[in-house]
Amino acid sequence: MRVALFITCVNDALYPRTGRAVVALLERLGVRVEFPMDQSCCGQPQYNTGYRHETEPLVRRFARAFAGYDHVVTPSGSCAAMVRDNYPRIGARAAAEGRGGGLAGAVAAVAPRTLELTEFLVDVLGVTDVGASYPHTVTYHPTCHGLRALGLGDRPRRLLRAVRGLELVDLPGAEECCGFGGTFAVKNAAVSAAMGADKARHIIGTGAAAVCTVDNSCQTHIGGTLSRLGSTVRPVHLAEILASTEKEPW
Amino acid sequence: MSGREEVLRRVRRALADVPAGETPADVPVPRDYLRGHSPADPVETLAERLMDYRAVVRRTDGAGLPALIARLLAARGTRTVVVPAGLPAGWLSAADGVERVPDSAGQTPHDLDAVDSVVTGCAVAIAETGTIVLDGGPGQGRRRVTLVPDHHVCVVRVPDQVVGSVPGALERLVPSRPLTWISGPSATSDIELSRVEGVHGPRTLEVILVSM
Amino acid sequence: MPAFPVAAAEAVGDARLRGNLRHATHTIRDKRARAVAELPDWPELRAAGAAVKDRTLRHLDHYLERLERAVTAAGGHVHWAADAAEANRIVTALVLATGEREVVKVKSMVTQEIGLNAALAEAGIRADETDLAELIVQLGDDLPSHILVPAIHRNRGEIRDIFRDRMADRGRPAPEGLTDDPADLAEAARLHLRRKFLDAKVGVSGANFMVAETGTMVVVESEGNGRMCLTLPETLISVVGIEKVVPTWRDLEIFLQLLPRSSTAERMNPYTSMWTGTTDEDGPRAFHLVLLDNGRSDALADTVGRQALRCIRCSACLNVCPVYERAGGHAYGSAYPGPIGAILTPQLRGVTSELDASLPYASSLCGACYEVCPVAIDIPEVLVHLRERVVRGGEVTVRGTRTVIRPAGGHAAERAAMRAARWVFDHPGVLRAGQRLAARTRRLAPRRRLPGPGRAWTDTRDLPPVPAEPFRDWWRRSRGEGSGR
Repeated sequence: MRVALFITCVNDALYPRTGRAVVALLERLGVRVEFPMDQSCCGQPQYNTGYRHETEPLVRRFARAFAGYDHVVTPSGSCAAMVRDNYPRIGARAAAEGRGGGLAGAVAAVAPRTLELTEFLVDVLGVTDVGASYPHTVTYHPTCHGLRALGLGDRPRRLLRAVRGLELVDLPGAEECCGFGGTFAVKNAAVSAAMGADKARHIIGTGAAAVCTVDNSCQTHIGGTLSRLGSTVRPVHLAEILASTEKEPW
Repeated sequence: MSGREEVLRRVRRALADVPAGETPADVPVPRDYLRGHSPADPVETLAERLMDYRAVVRRTDGAGLPALIARLLAARGTRTVVVPAGLPAGWLSAADGVERVPDSAGQTPHDLDAVDSVVTGCAVAIAETGTIVLDGGPGQGRRRVTLVPDHHVCVVRVPDQVVGSVPGALERLVPSRPLTWISGPSATSDIELSRVEGVHGPRTLEVILVSM
Repeated sequence: MPAFPVAAAEAVGDARLRGNLRHATHTIRDKRARAVAELPDWPELRAAGAAVKDRTLRHLDHYLERLERAVTAAGGHVHWAADAAEANRIVTALVLATGEREVVKVKSMVTQEIGLNAALAEAGIRADETDLAELIVQLGDDLPSHILVPAIHRNRGEIRDIFRDRMADRGRPAPEGLTDDPADLAEAARLHLRRKFLDAKVGVSGANFMVAETGTMVVVESEGNGRMCLTLPETLISVVGIEKVVPTWRDLEIFLQLLPRSSTAERMNPYTSMWTGTTDEDGPRAFHLVLLDNGRSDALADTVGRQALRCIRCSACLNVCPVYERAGGHAYGSAYPGPIGAILTPQLRGVTSELDASLPYASSLCGACYEVCPVAIDIPEVLVHLRERVVRGGEVTVRGTRTVIRPAGGHAAERAAMRAARWVFDHPGVLRAGQRLAARTRRLAPRRRLPGPGRAWTDTRDLPPVPAEPFRDWWRRSRGEGSGR
């Protein structure tokens, strides 16, 4: 089984700890991941802002970089959804507009094999107890694209419940968007900030020490809001919790 | 160009992507939803759902019906009642002292507004949604007679007039008739989304389930 | 109208409005979830509803002509209006021909869309709204802010004040000592409107569905004001968007299950009226159906945007939308607020105004709207598609004519930035150099105050610290170049 890690541009530049946690976790589970150096951004910021044509070269790059793997694993629900949901759309539109150049075919080969981390763990590896230990109170915010576009369901919570020492507390209004939404956060800053503030209030209200997500982009928004409010609740990516063990706390 | 030709021209141009040979039947419609949700006891479910939306539900048999109707009218102090054409003669036979006002074309809405109650039958009742449907047939009257008076007594023959779900009701109804579907008394949720019963339609809906 | 972000920012600052909206939307969204969960075949009903609408839209000309024949055969008169002005002219002329100068109206989105009340007023015709919420809006010289509950932005105290102060201007005054109890307020509306209903000679409505096969019109409602307007007057005029047609009588079995549960979150709304043309001695003697295009065929011409025409106006998408909940309906600047408005309005009106060009961005693309939509309109997909229209322009249909529009103004800097980002992301070497530079200068990186457009972020949110080493450098350092490709 050849497995490639798609780290995403946000993790690469701002959250390398998350990427290292994914590698540590998968290697602990006996999966040797590869990291194609040609990878880049999935193009979601461009696509979601209306720049579909500008996205196409990045789609092409992705398809090329990740061709030939059995699975492409990424610690981002949002980027996985971009690849799985929108790449086929972009390929089809390009073909319809006569700018195909085999894009649709290349995408078809790679898009369905692109999995968010918890999908890979639960569906491919068949594990929910990854032997992790994280003795803290944690609340879980299901990020929108993981929740609705990918349908991650209870996979993340099942993984969290199996972590030693971890106390999982319910987050009120968990399924409401944190207000990030890419460029939405600056284009509609007032609404975005209001959504973020409500999310932060709910998180703080749980009394948890950490808020866990499967998307560092959303976490940047939640963390940035919590930090501005002076809260000590720690934003943490699920991979970092799962990588943490009794011997080697992450 | 007339509005008609212009609208149709625009619609046809807009559908340039639809292949010329395609017919409506070529667009698949999966109808694998359920024909009904088969409540175990449709009559029981109907009663429960009617009450859920604040209709008052009474039960009797054919023999007890006239007395029950008389009692319901008396309890409200009804002095006048609209009688739709074709209402079984016996239904109001025990309603002594209540003036019968026949449903007629010449009645004005103001005339109707002065009437206390109306008694009707129905065409079909839907258990799952707690709905009664009137189609203007015998004993059901013009649409306005079940609208303007503030008290509506509706008789449903059970179990034969009861269907389980919406698809079953449509199968029994004739589209060309004027239809009124009633699920509980008039209501609104326009103020802070809190439900208030009784706005413009009858504020009291009493449904009598008559076992036959 | 200001662009969405400006109007929304104002609404966000209005604590009372936010409280009203939050309370109302959360109440209804929870109820909807329970009503939907009762039906085990909801996904199948949803798929069937979407498919029936798609079938109708792909053969809309066929179904409209069929509908026209059926309505005419049943004694009704069918009129066609390409735009709002034409529809208003038709309705005005029909009312004037009756000799009446007053009409009673059932709540109708489409007459709001075309500004019918104002057009009637210009012709000396007075239109009374009879839906409780529309009455609140009309008495308050206000605009609707929600599809189902147009006065959702008002709480009971505000409604009491409007009734007390304004009812006398339009008829029977509010009762003395009116309280803010919803039951009392509903009673005040009953008393105020009663005589209007009983005297009405002309009623104006929309319709939720029109059955092509039989010519049957369907109106769902709760209060009975609809039944009053549809049955007591001598003349009934229904103005209906061309997308409201469904092929067959049987198709109603799908929509009469989908709509109430998605809309008021009831198993069935209190009243549903169905009529076919006219019926001797029961209801109006004259029935006029005005079929309205007003941009719908333009939306139909867009193969991605077309799905917005499936909409059955249930408003479930508004009630779950985190943006609507905070911005309120007025910020959307049209009769159609919320997520559906954000995709419908720019298609019906185009994206040439600053407001209309801002609507496709009024979303975080969280997808909650798509999830609850009973006819599976992929609202996020259409939003993104319309964003492309805004920033790129291109071929669109305007009033039935194919035309090429230019990109909307104000996006030049963004376009440049997106292209630059794409170029950098497509050149990993450059990307790596940039990341390294950021890492080296990370202590200089601001966390609390960015210049330029970034300030919109740092006004309320900190930035994460820049790490010492990007992931790909760590990989290369610890694994070497060879372990990837």
